[in-house]
Amino acid sequence: MSTLTITDLHVSVNTDAGAKPILNGINLELNSNETHAIMGPNGSGKSTLAYALAGHPKYEVTSGSVTLDGEDVLEMSVDERAKAGLFLAMQYPVEVPGVTVTNFLRSAKTAIDGEAPKLRNWTKDLKSAMENLRVDPEFASRNVNEGFSGGEKKRHEILQMEMLSPKFAVLDETDSGLDVDALRIVSEGVNRAKDATDVGILLITHYTRILRYIKPDHVHVIIKGKVVEEGGPELADRLEAEGYDRFLQAAV
Amino acid sequence: MTDTTNPLGLDEHSHGSGVQVPDSKRDARTRSFDVADFPVPTGREEEWRFSPVRRLADYFADADSTGRLSVSGDLPAGLNVEEISLSAAQELGILEPEDRAAVVAANRAKTVTHYSVPAETEVEGAAIIHADGTGNDLVHGHTVISVGANSKVTIVVEHEGLARYSELVSLVVGDGADVTFVSLQLWDDESQHLGQHDAIVGKDAKLKHIVISLGGDIVRLNANVRYSANGGEAELLGLYFADAGQHLEHRTYIDHNSAKATSNVMYKGALQGKDARSVWIGDVLIRPEALGIDTYELNRNLILTDGARADSVPNLEIETGDIAGAGHASSTGRFDEEHLFYLMSRGIPEDVARQLVVRGFFNEVIQKIQVPEIETTLNDRIEDELSRSVL
Repeated sequence: MSTLTITDLHVSVNTDAGAKPILNGINLELNSNETHAIMGPNGSGKSTLAYALAGHPKYEVTSGSVTLDGEDVLEMSVDERAKAGLFLAMQYPVEVPGVTVTNFLRSAKTAIDGEAPKLRNWTKDLKSAMENLRVDPEFASRNVNEGFSGGEKKRHEILQMEMLSPKFAVLDETDSGLDVDALRIVSEGVNRAKDATDVGILLITHYTRILRYIKPDHVHVIIKGKVVEEGGPELADRLEAEGYDRFLQAAV
Repeated sequence: MTDTTNPLGLDEHSHGSGVQVPDSKRDARTRSFDVADFPVPTGREEEWRFSPVRRLADYFADADSTGRLSVSGDLPAGLNVEEISLSAAQELGILEPEDRAAVVAANRAKTVTHYSVPAETEVEGAAIIHADGTGNDLVHGHTVISVGANSKVTIVVEHEGLARYSELVSLVVGDGADVTFVSLQLWDDESQHLGQHDAIVGKDAKLKHIVISLGGDIVRLNANVRYSANGGEAELLGLYFADAGQHLEHRTYIDHNSAKATSNVMYKGALQGKDARSVWIGDVLIRPEALGIDTYELNRNLILTDGARADSVPNLEIETGDIAGAGHASSTGRFDEEHLFYLMSRGIPEDVARQLVVRGFFNEVIQKIQVPEIETTLNDRIEDELSRSVL
């Protein structure tokens, strides 16, 4: 079993106007096989948490620690974090012109495994993962995220998660911009990965609707860069009914 | 009409240094086989202002040269070669030189090498001609390629070694013919290469002109297209990779002088290292008689390190409104850190990620080249450029 431990994490975002503090002391422990939902209104710092974990250069950790099975994640470069088993499904996946999905996925798999995947298994696994996500086969020869619809981009993120088998996956608003069918397909992909690999999931979302498909074990509510309430799945149900108003009022 | 879309997220848009005000119409420039018609350039001329003219004096001198290129290669059946005189070449209908270096090359070349394909002939496979430098002595060259009506041929000229070479290449594309001409500059670091490539494209004929400039100290190539009748198609592709101290300059000029023709120009370049320099000038003239034509020019430059400079200047002169389309796009920008982050977040190490992005940047051009015979060479050379990169 693996554990991702976030302790008193403070993060600033670098803007043209200087560094702006966003996270003000986040504590969280995520184990294999667990699914934690991070919920909060816009601007609460959810995506900052995701990018800081992945090591985006725009986000600066000013204090606190993140460890994966005791290893200091914050000391690792972006690619080392991925090799250590962290995966970030991005809210806004980046277009990479001229680099095909096939080439990209194979390069990533090779980097993470330390050797090129066996061609036969790889082709078979990729094909079945694509079928499961109802992705058109011609998708493989398209350039990464170029001209993809919002739904295709999100499916592509989950496809990568399934192919790369991380220990922990951070899903940053994977539900945003998806219609009901796409949401179900993407959620099934996440659940397949959970069944297949014991991946621990940090599910970042504004809304509760994705939690109908991906059941969280724990729910954390973030307001203004701090966790203000934690609980089980019932907390999500309460948020569904009440929204974030009571937290926002308390935080004023 | 102007597309400045930005698929790479390039953050600068450059139309070159300063506002572009051509001194006169593009076709007002001198064209002649007489050296005396061209004063020695000073560097202030529109066509020379981006070039390191001080270092090019030898190429402007109206004097014989003593060097030679070593030329080899098996010609496929249907493609013939002979040596002819300049006057015989002129009778084939070649275009006149348009600058001092080209007119000197035409007059001082010891002979004209004439490659020809008779009418109604499809030449199988690409002809790969190796034209290798043999040293520091100046070389003047004149090559004519004439392709008969409804014939098809692909000719690749691969330049390697050490040379100081000035050439005129004249292409005469017959009616309905389909010609691909590739000039590969894989020169040694100290080599210099000035060239004017002229094409006259026949009725409903198709020309694909490709330049790939990777090696050399100074490479300056002008590709000019004119049409001898209606309905011609010209596709001009360019790929260049300038390293520290290299000057790679490419100019294209499409003279739309006939109706229903098309032209499509796509040049992409990467630059890295101190004083890596590229210049791209894309001129298009749409004359009053060029009814219904369609033209597009695109130049993109990817600056990989500090200290490199790319100039990119598209010029469009439109003398008739009755056309199908005319547009251009030009951008020069830095490597996009978001691309790097995305690839690295999937475990891809930084050097591999950078190589993927640069390869991806070039793919748009590479996919259009479609000359299988040079794919391996091209891939190896680009890999080589990337592996030597100071990224």
